[in-house]
Amino acid sequence: MAESLDTQQKPSSNYFKAVASITWKDMAAELRSREMISAMLVFSLLVILIFYFALELDVKARNSITAGALWVTFAFAGTLGLNRSMAIEKDFGCLDGLLLAPVDRSAIYFGKMISNLFFMAIVEAIVLPFYSVMYNINLFNSGLLLITFLGSVGYIAVGTLLAAMSVQTRTRDILLPILLFPLTIPVLIAAVKASSGFLLGSAWSEIEPWFNILIVYDIIFIAVSFMVFDFVVEE
Amino acid sequence: MIEVKKLVKRFGLKTVLRGVDFNATPGEFVVLLGPNGAGKTTFLRILASLSRPSMGLVKVAGYSLPNQAAPVRQRLGVVSHMPLLYGDLTAEENLTFYGRLYNIPLLNRRIEVVLDLVGLSSRKKDLVRTFSRGMQQRLAIGRAVLHNPEVMLFDEPYTGLDQDASEMLDGVLKNVAAKGRTVIMTSHDLARAEELGTRFDILNRGVISASAQRSNLGQGNLLTFYKKVLAGTDG
Repeated sequence: MAESLDTQQKPSSNYFKAVASITWKDMAAELRSREMISAMLVFSLLVILIFYFALELDVKARNSITAGALWVTFAFAGTLGLNRSMAIEKDFGCLDGLLLAPVDRSAIYFGKMISNLFFMAIVEAIVLPFYSVMYNINLFNSGLLLITFLGSVGYIAVGTLLAAMSVQTRTRDILLPILLFPLTIPVLIAAVKASSGFLLGSAWSEIEPWFNILIVYDIIFIAVSFMVFDFVVEE
Repeated sequence: MIEVKKLVKRFGLKTVLRGVDFNATPGEFVVLLGPNGAGKTTFLRILASLSRPSMGLVKVAGYSLPNQAAPVRQRLGVVSHMPLLYGDLTAEENLTFYGRLYNIPLLNRRIEVVLDLVGLSSRKKDLVRTFSRGMQQRLAIGRAVLHNPEVMLFDEPYTGLDQDASEMLDGVLKNVAAKGRTVIMTSHDLARAEELGTRFDILNRGVISASAQRSNLGQGNLLTFYKKVLAGTDG
């Protein structure tokens, strides 16, 4: 047999190592090209500027629309990132390279999901202070940050699955938002309501149902994606 | 090493493979010839566990597909006309990524050996997107042999290469990828196929319509054999 490895004793693949490798690969490639983060960031900042000039808001109105404006921005910027993240895998046939690896295919899903979430978090970390300065609102509220994280997890969990599905089609750029937005309506409504609650200083009893919806949505869709990803990426 | 019986593959109403019977013994280099649309790539994708058979038996290295796909993937290397590499990673980073997915022990040492085998040691720190098509294809072979697979599948590896790059690839295919392994290659380049293969199977209209050993065929007779088989099948 060729070269040095003993082919009778193939090393078994490690699930968590595979997840970490995929995340590392995405981050290394993105930190070098900055294509995805730049596009998401420029889009997000432009949306906030458009809201700023389009709506002349008093203090009360600002507090009530902030959550909606932020989640509209995150949702659309997230779609740009999700599309690009999977398009990279298609460019040189790399998705086949991932599917050929002897790892459970859900490891590919979790690797991609974690890196997508990381990129979304970077964009959010820049957008929130920018929004705070533009609208003179303090967004550094631990409750709001927790909701931002839970909402992003739900959105990216579903988005990564659907991006893997739509990337196989010719109309992937338009198909992803068409599939994604109806499915993420529950998470977006819950995230907007809970964020609004924290910004307006509402009682926990009013926020709690939305918070619970976010937790349940995240758990259900991560579990569903784990179960169906193999079928989604297979021909 | 590879056993296929009555393999059928349908895409919706279209039947691409119509009961393919195929065998390859260890060390054999089988070249699969046939016109465009004959089902060659579909056949290789099924052997690579990238596509599910609609009916029939497929066994690679004693493991059946699709149920035992993970051990098959561990023993399989695939080179297609796409490099399956990330343009924004260096040659070394690409191999590190795939090596981690395959959980290869002593990975750094193995990467050095493979880069040396494909003649890219001096370019290991360069981004893959700066490589010529021929260099990308040599690195793709390095990626495919990194885990020292027992079976290699080549799907039109010469596509898009100029004469010089094709000649260089010939050497790498013979001396690195094929040495001591079972190889199945699809190609339209009959001259190169005749040089490399030990057996020639002709796939036409979804079935293997003829097969010939190189020893029985004689030097320079592949084109005549190919034309005769196609004329007989189409007539």
